[in-house]
Amino acid sequence: MALRLRSTKTGKIRFASHRDIAKVWERTLRVSRVPLVYSQGFSPRPKISYGLALPTGAESDCEYIDIQVDDSDRELIIVGDICSSLNSNLPPGIKINGASIMNGKFPSLQQTVTSCVWDITVNEDDTKVDSWIDRINSANEIVLRRERKGKEIVDDIKPQVYLVRKNYERIDGRVTLQAELGTQPRSLRPSELLRSLEPYLSEYKLRRKKQIVEEGARRLDPLEVAGATPMRSLVGAL
Amino acid sequence: MTSIWPEIEHLLLHVEKPARYIGLERGAIQPPHDPRNVAWLLTYPDAYEVGFPNQGLQILYEIINELPIGEAERAYAPWIDLEKTMREKRIPLFSVDTHRPANEFDILAFNLSSELVYTNLLNCIDLAGAPLRSVERGNDDPLIAAGGHCTYNPEPLADFVDFFVLGDGEEVVSELTYVIHQWKTSESTHPSRDFLLRELSKIEGVYVPQMYNLSRDQNGFQLLEPKYDDVPKLVEKRTITSLEDWPYPKNQLVPITEVVHDRLNVEVFRGCTRGCRFCQAGMITRPVRERSVDQVRTMVSEGLRRTGYDQVALTSLSTADYSHIEKAVAAVGDDPLSCGQTGVSLPSLRVDAFTVGIAATLQGGKRSGLTFAPEAGTWRMRQVINKLITEEDLYGAVESAFSQGWRRVKLYFLIGLPTETDEDTLGIADLAKNCVEIGKRYTKQASVTVSVGGFVPKPFTPFQWFGQNTIEELQRKINLLKDATSRSRGVQLKWHDPKATLIEGVLSRGDRALSPLIEEVWRSGGIFQEWSEHFDLDRWLSSMDKLNLSVEDYAYRHRDKSEPLPWDHLDAGLYKDFLWQEWRDALEEVGLEDCRWTPCYDCGACTGYGLDHVVGSTSPPVGGSQGTWQDLTKGSEVPQLLTIRKKSETV
Repeated sequence: MALRLRSTKTGKIRFASHRDIAKVWERTLRVSRVPLVYSQGFSPRPKISYGLALPTGAESDCEYIDIQVDDSDRELIIVGDICSSLNSNLPPGIKINGASIMNGKFPSLQQTVTSCVWDITVNEDDTKVDSWIDRINSANEIVLRRERKGKEIVDDIKPQVYLVRKNYERIDGRVTLQAELGTQPRSLRPSELLRSLEPYLSEYKLRRKKQIVEEGARRLDPLEVAGATPMRSLVGAL
Repeated sequence: MTSIWPEIEHLLLHVEKPARYIGLERGAIQPPHDPRNVAWLLTYPDAYEVGFPNQGLQILYEIINELPIGEAERAYAPWIDLEKTMREKRIPLFSVDTHRPANEFDILAFNLSSELVYTNLLNCIDLAGAPLRSVERGNDDPLIAAGGHCTYNPEPLADFVDFFVLGDGEEVVSELTYVIHQWKTSESTHPSRDFLLRELSKIEGVYVPQMYNLSRDQNGFQLLEPKYDDVPKLVEKRTITSLEDWPYPKNQLVPITEVVHDRLNVEVFRGCTRGCRFCQAGMITRPVRERSVDQVRTMVSEGLRRTGYDQVALTSLSTADYSHIEKAVAAVGDDPLSCGQTGVSLPSLRVDAFTVGIAATLQGGKRSGLTFAPEAGTWRMRQVINKLITEEDLYGAVESAFSQGWRRVKLYFLIGLPTETDEDTLGIADLAKNCVEIGKRYTKQASVTVSVGGFVPKPFTPFQWFGQNTIEELQRKINLLKDATSRSRGVQLKWHDPKATLIEGVLSRGDRALSPLIEEVWRSGGIFQEWSEHFDLDRWLSSMDKLNLSVEDYAYRHRDKSEPLPWDHLDAGLYKDFLWQEWRDALEEVGLEDCRWTPCYDCGACTGYGLDHVVGSTSPPVGGSQGTWQDLTKGSEVPQLLTIRKKSETV
């Protein structure tokens, strides 16, 4: 049986890397006695797949993980029990806040998610931020230069910028932007957005608010894609 | 009650591997910060990823936190990037458990596993905001303590550390906590810090440098005399009689981020009586105390359950010597939780085919490299150091490895050992080449990595009188080996920097006159000296020049029997006569058997304390005498003599 879990990453744990968190999940699943399915071969690995990487230092309300649970010798797997046991064993700051049973074959998180919504808190003041946002929104093209394997790559990232606006709420007294950034074929990172237009904005805090799957005209949470059975009653219990 | 996390938080976005500073590990404890409690900050003076797995620190962490009057948290040396910003923003050293500043703790206790961390210890005291020297600290400053193997010669740090603890820490840490608690809660009646230090010095195993008067004899050698009648003349190490009473750590910490030795560790025995004459660990941790196989089994299964690890290491100084090794290994495989997915590793393999057999079972299909430590290139040399394995043992082990699917074998050697000739050094290359030849019978890709380290004589070993090889001499021997192996395909040579070896040697057997040296090197910016990218020999040498200290005096010259040693006021359980006899036997290439299975030769470790070895079996393990088919009667025809350069005594 495949299980898709959504969880937070907040507080001190935000400084753990994507790789660190993968290991944390693996060990927590073992401590919580969740029966896992292992790959074949000399070094069997549990079948777990992780969603889009979150930059180290960023917080999130919506990190996803797909887990193959071994239900071969069990009549009943109670998703709620798995989740509450995981929640009591995960480190502070990581908390499961949603789950779905995934039926049949389904595409990976990396393939399905089409955009992410971010809260980006910056060090600059309102005037600077307002003008920067205006210029981002009115530009026909936003050129980002980045280096990859020693070569410079020049991209127009404008099509990836779905939305940029200022939030009403401030964080630690600082201006916060909301941005929705595309993830296909490659994720546009908030840090890249901030340095795509001079004078650059500098990041103070970052939080992923939502991951979105566009299915036709519908914008869905990855827990609600076709083939997923969301465990809605869990949400209150968790 | 304070946490300085808000101040640290925003620095972490700009440093390497920030997860090293967040705590949150599974098993981590958040003590209540009760001001009446005695609060220990257990500090490993090196990077988090190196210090985190230290079992000694984790054992004490649990024991102290179980005490009704104790609390313990952990700290590690902040890496250079964070340290720089901490100094700029005046942020003190902090605990990773609750991010409490170091100066709110009663004791900063350091684990000393290597001499090259000494400057980091000073850096941590300074980052804690405490005065560097013991005499400069007052009642409001934390006590500075140190334990670990390096404390068997504490003198180089004597100016900075208030008390050192020798030997096993399990019992003494509670005694210390109670004495400090009494002082702390009755501060009005006994306000002086000196009073407390004197009380601490009365606890067995505790050495308080300030309680001793220092003088020099006519040759300039350091002599120490207790200042008061109730301060011991000789400080004896602590030894727990049974490991069985201390099943710690019960709740081993699991890191969030990458560290070395990232696995469940279960100590199967403590102590070693193989008697390798270069090995300080084997000398100072005697006698052998085994854990019962039942307890090992429980610790493994409980440990796996609590940690979520899928790797277990059965640790000790020579795990293949554990009486119940096969049962212990089987227990891990049989554990219901492991579902056959749990790997077992033996961190120290014995050089014989039997051990390789176990390793093959353990690894299942996996064949990640195998490591052996023959330590020396010729039988003669191995008799000198009492590492009594024959060439046949090694070839048997290597053949067994290659025939069971391994393609890569690593061999550890020491160079610069007493009486070593070029023939002995080149013997290393011959052994390696022969091992490759054996391997080629099984796989074309057979390769042997030879790793050589320069020998550093350590206190409380038979080689404590030996003058270590110079940098030039070690480099010459490395070059000999480079030449001898350059054309042999399949042999890779690696070596440790002889420059670092020299400084380890200076500190390892130095006296109190080295305290200013450590301070000078620290003040000039020399921290993280055990990291090759930060080690700087010139910094050490120019500081030594400035302080009129000579490398020759501290490291290179041979010492003789009548010379007072800087650690003569300490007792590691071994009779000095025994060590001297061993030194003489070494020079005459006479081996000594393992006393677990042969009559006692009275080294002092048991007899002096009414202790005994705790072993599950009175007969040697499978594989011949000592499991290595050794023949103690074999010796070389021409004894090599050592020239003693100073204050010579006939050898």
